[in-house]
Amino acid sequence: MSELIIEGLCASVEGKEILKGVDLVVKSGEVAAVMGPNGSGKSTLSHVIAGRPGYEVTGGSVRIDDLELLDLPTWKRAEAGLFLAMQYPTEVPGVALRDLLRASARTSDDPEEIESRMQAEAERIGFGAQFLERPLNVDLSGGEKKRNETLQLGVLRPAFAILDELDSGLDVDALRIVSARIEQATEEDGLGVLAITHYSRLFDELRPDTVHVFADGRIRESGGPRLATELEETGYERWVQPAAATKPSPALSDDPFADPLG
Amino acid sequence: MSSTFSPDAARAIDGPSWLVDRRVAAAEALSERAVPTVADEEWRYSPIAELDLDTFAPSTTFGDAPMARLDVEPAATVRCVNGKVVSIEVDALLVEQGVFVGLLVDHADGEAVLGSVSADAGDYFTELNDAFTPHPVFINVPNGVTVDRPIVITHHAAGDHGATFSRLVVRVGKNAQATVLDQYSSDDGDVVLACPVVELDVAQAGRLGYLNIQELGDSTWQIASQVARVERDATISAGTAAFGGAYARSRADTRLVGRGAHGDLQALYFGDEGQTLDFRTYQDHVAPDTTSNLLYKGVVAGKSRSIYTGLIRVRPDARGTNAYQTNRNLKLGDDAWAESVPNLEIENNDVKCSHASTVSPVDDDQRFYLESRGVPTGEAERLIVAGFLDEVVTELAVPSAAQGLRRSVAVKLAAQRFAEYGVEDSA
Repeated sequence: MSELIIEGLCASVEGKEILKGVDLVVKSGEVAAVMGPNGSGKSTLSHVIAGRPGYEVTGGSVRIDDLELLDLPTWKRAEAGLFLAMQYPTEVPGVALRDLLRASARTSDDPEEIESRMQAEAERIGFGAQFLERPLNVDLSGGEKKRNETLQLGVLRPAFAILDELDSGLDVDALRIVSARIEQATEEDGLGVLAITHYSRLFDELRPDTVHVFADGRIRESGGPRLATELEETGYERWVQPAAATKPSPALSDDPFADPLG
Repeated sequence: MSSTFSPDAARAIDGPSWLVDRRVAAAEALSERAVPTVADEEWRYSPIAELDLDTFAPSTTFGDAPMARLDVEPAATVRCVNGKVVSIEVDALLVEQGVFVGLLVDHADGEAVLGSVSADAGDYFTELNDAFTPHPVFINVPNGVTVDRPIVITHHAAGDHGATFSRLVVRVGKNAQATVLDQYSSDDGDVVLACPVVELDVAQAGRLGYLNIQELGDSTWQIASQVARVERDATISAGTAAFGGAYARSRADTRLVGRGAHGDLQALYFGDEGQTLDFRTYQDHVAPDTTSNLLYKGVVAGKSRSIYTGLIRVRPDARGTNAYQTNRNLKLGDDAWAESVPNLEIENNDVKCSHASTVSPVDDDQRFYLESRGVPTGEAERLIVAGFLDEVVTELAVPSAAQGLRRSVAVKLAAQRFAEYGVEDSA
């Protein structure tokens, strides 16, 4: 049993504060949903936890149990059990999925074992064998890219996965398959999930244990699964820019919470 | 003019009288020409000023010629040392098909074909080759004949301050098809001047795949010229993989002279330490409806430099031309340097042409993506660089050379220092 512990996490980009003290704990086997309006800093949260360049951490801590992740380079965080499924997976020309999995510190040195896990995961999520030979994310559709992320999650068997808008670009069938696979990982392998999303449709198969409303750079409200349903009905108005009406109009077009790195 | 490259020296090289006369005429013409300088646009950015021809003499030494680096048995192999042929092996099937692979002087058309493609693409160093090439090699594929496996020519140069003048002429007949692997190597430490000339002639509806692998020694200067003439509806796929040399220049002229002719032109290159790799390309669209697609991708590491200058030229009659030119460079480290200069010269309005060039470090997002899956930083960079070049490797005309090229890239990568990002610093 492990815990991913985020405490007082503050981060900025080019001097602009985006994360303003995030507190969140995810336990093994649990699914924590982080839901919020566009531009609230949700993606920044995932990037900062994974260690993407371009962000300055100004305070706080991210740990897996006693291990401080913020002191580690990205690959060491992954080795320690963190996985980030990206909203927009990067194209890496000329590098095959197989090469990546073999080079990962999360996998064994046995190419046959990696191969058989890759094949088994591809079959589980209906990812065509032809895609295994393609350069990473090159010429893949949005849905294929997300299946590819899910396949990697299955092979690398992380302790904690951050899903950044996993549902974007997925059709209903693919969404069901991918979210069901991750739900299974929480049951089979005790995967802890931090699922960042705007919509609750991801949670038809992937059952959240806790739901957190994220706005203006911090968690604003936490609750049980029913909160996700409420949010779907009521939207995020309660948490969005309470002072917007009093601001002069030019400020409206300059969203202070937009993630400058997308 | 250097005395070692005099008309008398040219006259002293063996050969039939027509070849001796030709060499002497070239040597005499050379005495009227000056060695190029960086003031010539063609030699801009090059270290040509450092070349002192007087310190070189035509090579006379012999040694071992390297074997072909292929995953399949070649259809024919010609091995050359210092420009001289030391062995010729030709599959019996090729002989039956009427394919000629051997010394150009042994073929009835030898005199007619030598220089027939390169003549109007000459410069000082092609003329030097004309004057001092000892053993021109000729590959002749008759009309309608297909050669399934690659024909391999290997060239090795050795001997300090030796100058070597390899010459290869390839003629692919109408509706004929062949692939040629042309390998160049030299001993490390020997200061060698290599001035090879390759002539590629593709007749109507013929198809030629040509791959030049350059793995010269660390002290070799190469000034190479490759000239192709592509006739009506014919296709050439001509590639270069350049890894070696102190200064290695490759000039590639591709003339699309027949309507519907097509050229695919590729290069991958990887410089490190103090190497300079210099590429000049000409996509010359002479006839209507001709197409060309050029992709040159290179890596510069250490204190190495690369120069790419390319010209797409569309002649007045070449309506319907489609021509593309892309040069991308990865720069590993602050001391490496890459220059990319694409040019267009268009004399017809009914054309589609584009060029693109980039010089950039390893992409942060790509590195982050691989790292976020647990790939150590240095290993992530190696994968990205190898993948960057692999885009060219997979397009080359000799697929059976691909694994060997990937090994060459891996050897180069293993010599680079990615340690500043690697395991050592991350604890």
